[in-house]
Amino acid sequence: MTAVPFENSRKLHLGESLFKILLYVAACVVLVTLAAILIILFVSGKDAFARFGIVGFLTTDQWDPVRDLYGAAAPIVGTLASAAIALAIAWPLGFGIAYFLTEICPRRLRAPLGIAIELLAAIPSIVYGMWGFFILAPFMSTSIEPWLTENFSWLPVLPNDMNPLWFWFQGAPVGVGLLTAGVVLAIMILPFIAATSRDVLLTTPQLLKDGGYAMGATRWEVLTGVVIPAVRGSLFGAVFLGLGRALGETMAVTFVIGNANRLPDGFFAPTASIASIVANTFPEADAGSMKLAALFALGFILFVVSFFVLALARLLLRQGRMA
Amino acid sequence: MSIAAINPANYARRRIFSAFMDMLCVLAAMVGLVLLALILLTLVQKGLEGMGLNVFTHAMRNTPGQGGGLANAIVGSLIQTGIGALIGAPLGIAVGVYLAEVGRTGRFASVVRFVNDILLSAPSILIGLFVYEILVVPHAPFLHGGFSGMAGAVALALLAMPVVARTTEDIIKLVPDAFREGSVALGARESVTIIRVVIPAAFGGILTGILLAVARISGETAPLIFTSFGSYGWSSDLWHPMASLPIAIYRYAAGVYDEHHRLAWAGALIITVAVLMLNIVSRVSHYLISKR
Amino acid sequence: MKMSKIMPRRMAIGALAAIAALASAGAAFADEITGAGATFPQPVYTRWAEQYAGQGGDTLNYQGIGSGAGVTQIINRTVDFGASDAPVAPERLASQNLVQFPAVIGAVVVAVNIPGVDGNALKLTGPLVGDMYLGRLRMWNDARIRALNPGVNLPAVAIAPVYRADSSGTTNIFTTYLSAVNLPFNTTIGAGSSVSFRAGIGAPGNAGVAGAVRNTRGGIGYVEYAYATENNMQTPMLQNRSGQFVRPSVQAFAASAAQAPWATAPNMAASMINTAGAANWPIVSATYILLPKNPADAERSRKVMQFFDWAFRSGQGAVDALHYIPLPAAVQNQARQRWCQVRSGNAPVWNGCH
Repeated sequence: MTAVPFENSRKLHLGESLFKILLYVAACVVLVTLAAILIILFVSGKDAFARFGIVGFLTTDQWDPVRDLYGAAAPIVGTLASAAIALAIAWPLGFGIAYFLTEICPRRLRAPLGIAIELLAAIPSIVYGMWGFFILAPFMSTSIEPWLTENFSWLPVLPNDMNPLWFWFQGAPVGVGLLTAGVVLAIMILPFIAATSRDVLLTTPQLLKDGGYAMGATRWEVLTGVVIPAVRGSLFGAVFLGLGRALGETMAVTFVIGNANRLPDGFFAPTASIASIVANTFPEADAGSMKLAALFALGFILFVVSFFVLALARLLLRQGRMA
Repeated sequence: MSIAAINPANYARRRIFSAFMDMLCVLAAMVGLVLLALILLTLVQKGLEGMGLNVFTHAMRNTPGQGGGLANAIVGSLIQTGIGALIGAPLGIAVGVYLAEVGRTGRFASVVRFVNDILLSAPSILIGLFVYEILVVPHAPFLHGGFSGMAGAVALALLAMPVVARTTEDIIKLVPDAFREGSVALGARESVTIIRVVIPAAFGGILTGILLAVARISGETAPLIFTSFGSYGWSSDLWHPMASLPIAIYRYAAGVYDEHHRLAWAGALIITVAVLMLNIVSRVSHYLISKR
Repeated sequence: MKMSKIMPRRMAIGALAAIAALASAGAAFADEITGAGATFPQPVYTRWAEQYAGQGGDTLNYQGIGSGAGVTQIINRTVDFGASDAPVAPERLASQNLVQFPAVIGAVVVAVNIPGVDGNALKLTGPLVGDMYLGRLRMWNDARIRALNPGVNLPAVAIAPVYRADSSGTTNIFTTYLSAVNLPFNTTIGAGSSVSFRAGIGAPGNAGVAGAVRNTRGGIGYVEYAYATENNMQTPMLQNRSGQFVRPSVQAFAASAAQAPWATAPNMAASMINTAGAANWPIVSATYILLPKNPADAERSRKVMQFFDWAFRSGQGAVDALHYIPLPAAVQNQARQRWCQVRSGNAPVWNGCH
C-alpha cells in the first residue's frame, strides 16, 4: 500500500471540496442528460401535439406526408405489438433456459452454458437484423407463413365480418412484417431474458428449496410453490427489462418489419415501429416542419413508454434484491 | 399452488407431471439454444465467405467489383469508440465513485442511481436524436454543426457512461471497508482515500466495466445514423462525417449488390468477434482479479 | 499484486496514445467534399468520384440517404451539396438560398420477382401498377394481368409491392407518373417524395428496394435502371402514352429525354414524364444538385463545382456504362451559368463567370 501523505490532511480542504464537487457534477451529468433528452424531445415535438392534439396524435393512424398529416397510432401499435410477440415467444423460452440452467442441467455444463448465454446477449442487434432479413424472412415467406395461413384459416376475422380489422394469419406471405419483426426481437432478447431470469432464480436460498423437497415436493412443485413466490417480482423485472429492450430496438426491427406506416391488419402485415420510422425518415424531415415535430413527438412517446417500463423493471428487481 | 396443498397420496402422478414440465423446459432451452447457435453458425459461415485481406486493407467502395473493403469503417469505429470511451469512462467512473463513496444511500444518490439505470437501457436511437439536436443541427449549441465523427463519439459516450457508472459502483462497494478505515486511520482525507486506496483496489474491476462499455458501444448502429453519418472514404477528420463498421454493415446489407452483402456479413462477423472477445477478456480479467 | 495493478494502467495509457495518434492522423488526408441525397444517380456519382479521385481530384464522400434527406441536409448546411431527383419548388429554393442544376438523366423502371415467370417478357400498364400500390390488385394471376399476357403462366402468388421507406425523388418521379395515368391513385395517394402507399413494404434507398424485390417472392418495385441492370433484375415492359409496350432501354430513355423543355422550365426543372412518342419510355427524369448561394466554406463549394464541371466534360464513359443519359451540351452550359449565383462576399465562387 502506498504511504498516505499525512501532513497534507491538515491544510485547507480545498482539494477535498473540489474533488467532491467534481464527483457531484458527474452525478448531475446523469440527471441532466435524462432531463435534456426529455426536454429536447418534447420541445421539438410539441408542435405535433399542439396541431393534432395529444389524444388525436396518439389515436390517428394516418401518416401522410403529402397532406402533411401525421398520427402516431400505427408506429405505436407496431412497436407494442412486435414487442408483445417477442415477449410471448422469448418469455417461456427464456424462463425454460433459466430453469434448465439452474436445476436440470448437469452441474459441469451449467457455468459454460450460462456464460455462452450471457455472451449471446452481447451480440450487436444489427447482426440479428441482418439474419432476420436474409435468412429468416425468405423462410417465413416460403414455409412458415403459408403453413400458418393454411392451418389457422378458421380463426374468425375480428371484430366482425362487417368491420374487419384483424385477419390473423391471412394476407400476403411476403416474409417481412409484424410477425417476423416479433420473432427476430424474440431471438434478440432471449439470451438477455434467460440470463437475467437465471440470476434471479439463483438468488433463492438453497435452504428454502431444501425445505420444499423435505416436505416431499417434486422439483416442479418446489419451483412453483417455493422459488417463484420468493422471486416473483424480480422475475417480472427481468422480463420488463427485456421488454424495454424490445420497445426501443432499431436495427433488428428496421430490417424486417416492412417499414409501412400503416396499422397492421394481421400478423403478416408490414408495419412500422417508432424506432424504425425515425431511423428511416428522420434525416429527411426539414427543420421546422410538421414531419420533424411528429418524429420528435414519436421519440418522446417512445422515451416515456420506455421510461415507465424500465422504471418498473428496476423497482421490481430492486425489491427482489432486498427480499 | 402452495406447498401446503401437497398430497402424498398421488406422489407418482405428481412426479410424472414434474418430469413432464422439466421436459418442456429442456425443450424450450434446446429450441432457444439451437436457434441462437444457428444464427452464430450462419454468421460465421457467411462472414468467412466474405472475408479477405481486402476487408482490412481497403476502404469501402460504393460500386462493386472494385476490391472494396471495410478498412476505413474499422478505423472509424476504433476512433469513435475510443473517443466515446475516453469521454464516457471518466464520467462513468466519477458517477460510480460518487454513488458508492459519497452519495451512498442518500436520496440524491438514489435518484442518480435510478436515472442511471434508466439511461443504461434507454433506446439508443433517441440518444442519436438528442445528439443531433445539440451537435449536428445548424447553429447547434456545441461544436460547429454538421455530421461529424465527434458527434458520433459523444453519442457513444452517453451510452458508455451509465455502463461504466454501474459497474464502477458495484465493484467499489466490494472494496473492504478495512481499506478505507486503514487509510483514514493514517490521517488521509476522504479524497485521498478514494484516489489512492479505493480506486487502485478496484482498478481491475473498473477496467472490466470499461471493456464491457466498449463492447456495448462498438456494436451500436442507431445512434450513429444521425451523428457521424457514415462515409466511403478514409475520413479520419473528427469534424467531418466518419465511417463506422455498424453503419457500413447497415448500408451494405440494405443494398442490392451481392458483393456488398458479403462484405456486410464479413463486417458483422468482425464486430461480433470483437464484441465477444471484449466480453471474454473482461470476464477473464474479472475472474483473475476476484481470485487474487 | 503489484504487477497486475500496474499492467492495466500501462495498457490504458497505451490505448489512449493509440487513439490520439489515430485521431490526429486525420489532418494528413486530402480534402474531402461531402454530398448527400438521391440514390437514383448514386451509381454514376460514385463512379465519377472514383475516376475523379483517380486523376488526382478531390475525394467525394457521397451518401445516398434519399432525395428528401439530401434537400433537408443541404438546407441545414450539414453537407457541401444536396442531391434530389425531384426538383425543389422555386419558392423553397429562394427562401433557403439554394441554386439548383441538373447533373444527369436517368429512368425509373419496374422490377419484378415472380417465381417461374420471365419478368422481362411481362407486359404491364401504369394503371395496373398503380392498382398494385393501391392494394386493389393483389395476385399475380389476376385476370387483368393475364389478359395482357396471354400464354404467360402467371402463378397464384401474392403481389408484394416494394416502395421507398425514405423520402425519395425516385418515389416522386414514379408517383408523378402513376398519378398521371391512374386517377384513383392520384386522388387517394397522389404524387410526392414520401407518400402513404396503401399496400406493400418499405425499404431504404434504390438499392434497398432492389434488394427487397430480390428477397421477396412476388415482389415488384421501382428503381433507377442502373440498379436493375447491375443486378440482372427482371424489368417488365410498360405501356407508354402512345399505347405502345416498350422495353426499358437507353434508346427509349433518350427518346423521352429529347423532349425535355429545357429552355422554358424555371430552375431547369424540365419534366420528361409520360411524354408522347411511340418509342418513349414513360418514366424518365433528370436528377438535380443543390448548392448554397452563400456557402459557409467557399473553397469547398468551388470544389463541388469543379467536380461537376469535370463530370460534364469527362464523365460520359461512366454515364454510358451505367445506362444513364448525359445532359445535352447546351444544358450543361446552362447549368454552369447557374453556378455564378453561388457567391462569396460579392464575387462568384466559380471561376468561369467572367
